[in-house]
Amino acid sequence: MAVAVPVTVPYARYSIRGAHWFLARVLAELLQRSGLTKDKIEGLCVSSFTLAPDTAVGLTQHLGFTLRWLDHIPMGGASGVVALRRAARAVQCGDADIVACIAGDTNHTDSFRLNTATFSQFARDAVYPYGSGGPNASFAFLTAHYMRSYGAEAEDFGKLCVAQRANALKFPYALMKKALTLAEYLSARPIADPLRLFDCVMPCAGAEGFLVLRRERAEELDLAYARVLATIERHNAFPDDPVQYRGGWVLDCDELYRQAGIPPGDIDFVEAYDDYPVITMMQLEDLGFCRKGEGPDFVRRHSFTVDGSFPLNTSGGQLSVGQAGAAGGFLGLVEAIRQVTGQALGGAVADARIGMASGFGMINYDRGLCSGAAILARS
Amino acid sequence: MTAPLLRPKRKNPVLRTRLPTLPPAIRSRVALGLTAAAARGSFELQVCRDCATVQYPPREACCACLSDRLDWRVQNGAGELISETLLRHSQELFFRERVPWRLGMVRLDCGPTVIAYLHGDCPAAPARMRIRACLDRAGQAVLVALPEKETPNMADDRQLREMTCDPKFRKVLVTDGKTAAGQAVVEAVAAAGADLIWVGHAEPWKKLPGFDRLKAIPQVALLPLDVTNSRSVKEIAGEIGGRVDILINTADHHRNFGIASRHGVETARAEMETNYLALLRLAQEFAPAMRARGADGQSSAVAWVNLLSIFALSNFPPHGTYSASKAAALSLAQCLRAEMRASGVRVVNVFPGPIDDEWNQQLLPPKLAPAALAAAIVKALQDGIEDVYPGDVAQEWLARWRDNPKALERELAAGAG
Ligand SMILES: [Zn+2]
Repeated sequence: MAVAVPVTVPYARYSIRGAHWFLARVLAELLQRSGLTKDKIEGLCVSSFTLAPDTAVGLTQHLGFTLRWLDHIPMGGASGVVALRRAARAVQCGDADIVACIAGDTNHTDSFRLNTATFSQFARDAVYPYGSGGPNASFAFLTAHYMRSYGAEAEDFGKLCVAQRANALKFPYALMKKALTLAEYLSARPIADPLRLFDCVMPCAGAEGFLVLRRERAEELDLAYARVLATIERHNAFPDDPVQYRGGWVLDCDELYRQAGIPPGDIDFVEAYDDYPVITMMQLEDLGFCRKGEGPDFVRRHSFTVDGSFPLNTSGGQLSVGQAGAAGGFLGLVEAIRQVTGQALGGAVADARIGMASGFGMINYDRGLCSGAAILARS
Repeated sequence: MTAPLLRPKRKNPVLRTRLPTLPPAIRSRVALGLTAAAARGSFELQVCRDCATVQYPPREACCACLSDRLDWRVQNGAGELISETLLRHSQELFFRERVPWRLGMVRLDCGPTVIAYLHGDCPAAPARMRIRACLDRAGQAVLVALPEKETPNMADDRQLREMTCDPKFRKVLVTDGKTAAGQAVVEAVAAAGADLIWVGHAEPWKKLPGFDRLKAIPQVALLPLDVTNSRSVKEIAGEIGGRVDILINTADHHRNFGIASRHGVETARAEMETNYLALLRLAQEFAPAMRARGADGQSSAVAWVNLLSIFALSNFPPHGTYSASKAAALSLAQCLRAEMRASGVRVVNVFPGPIDDEWNQQLLPPKLAPAALAAAIVKALQDGIEDVYPGDVAQEWLARWRDNPKALERELAAGAG
């Protein structure tokens, strides 16, 4: 199975456009860069938080697509990996020849508050009334607990943020354009202890997308493509953990490498889901790069820049590029496609043959419920 | 440790009074079970009748066995603080005006993990806690983590005071000081640290028993307030309405008998005048100013207390017309509660069983001592409770009414009060 045509619609802090505009732009660019006409897109997979009252169904008429396969994936940060899995199955089974996977959201000045206030029934009943801090408060709990349990220090999280900012400075679409030092990270305004300003993503508008098709089809169309070696997803893992210190990846990690037929050491770069750095650290553990609790030590041993040891979030990640709603769940996967197909817009990882993108999403109540990961390889 | 609350400085009259804002009030219907219990001062969670799983947040079905036979059962709230944060940034105005907020994640011994407000005296994680359900300013239940053992000045915690209506350093109007219950309430709010207590006195020319004791309380100021007289209510509201933080309506007119044993409507009309129409008069004259002062600093307007009767829930035929007047007052109090909602001023309804006074002479004990009633009102204000059923009789009637209101009606009709 192949993935091709990685597209990012440039991000903006705020936009007066609707989500439909961003999704239209990403589809237009997918068509333009692939040379395909609309009727050649037989399947569409959509993720968006701000498309309401529409769903993917409304989008077909809004943008004039006649499809024989359609999916809508409301899984936030896990949307990209899950969309890829669904689309690949559809193509494999002959339900569609080519599937466009797209995610996008707009951001008005009040969008973030409205989305947080009504994010889920549990959030509305049992989280939002307590200070209305949104995901900041939830991740503050996870971060404080993780620090106490495994000895992570503010400097460890800061190192990840600083390295990602260095990567972002080379990436044209990153909203954060200024270099970040560890001292600046540590002295930034506290948001929800122990989180500081640069631990938190900036909500913004934007869109991401890619095509899923058979390898032969990609070659016919003369598209640079990546091979999909392995994918996993998991929902509501470890419901009895009192507080989240591991994600669903733990249950599926062995399966992921078994499918791919490679050990973790063969991965050339990782695009981890990074709405807060503690989640990045958990992914390094749960996806087999180090053992549980060794995240802080792993962070101290690597540089994470595009040209350093263990390249991580090579476009700058959401922490430096911005979080365009559901597109945040696509950002890492789209960047991974760019890296292994030699289309990097910013810093390119030298000889990037195999990359991993992982997703994490939906703080329904006290923890993220969806996790997923994909391993892609150069064709 | 919580620093003791200091008497607030005199308000600068030139400054604009901050308008009330509220915490988010929207809840799913199933989550209102938590509010229903918190309104009575109880912490209840859903317990599965089939597999005994205790769950939170509230759900439509058991998360273990999918049964829909879920009962709200009282929990002791014991648990362990596993993580905490100090939230310094919020999306909502109410919290933005009050950051930082201390929040905790607590694993209850009965199973679920809850997110709760964390009292300032709670030690850092990991530590033992007890969880209580409180009503917040929007009138909805929220969970509060308290230290395992009482600490000095615990009620003065800044966050906790946002949920409660503590009389400490507040100005209180007790509408009628003539009754035994009214006098006991005055003494109890004085002991609780009220700053100033206006006491209504409909016939100031009369020397009534107990008034010398009230006058000896330094915070007490007697007022010529007749709640059955619209002009009197208007005049007093014009005088002090803008300063009342807590209004406790103790006015009560109580006669015996139902329909057949008394001819004419004069007694019933007098009961309606004092028990129902007086509430309407007071609400029309005092509620607007209190609504405007719902966020007026440390000693804002916080509560309106109605002294109702357990007979408001279901008619007690030997006191039939009295029961009817209290049922009317309950209905109006629900209207007042709805109208006060946006201001965050809590309407507290008190449903005592028979009080040990002259009009209940023929009722058998247990009867509620006025001092016990007053203590229950002060505790309800301090704990932030909305519906108070003080005493054994009230508790028993409430249990019977909640279990089966029709059965209670039949029992009362048969004289099984
Ligand atoms: Zn069950």
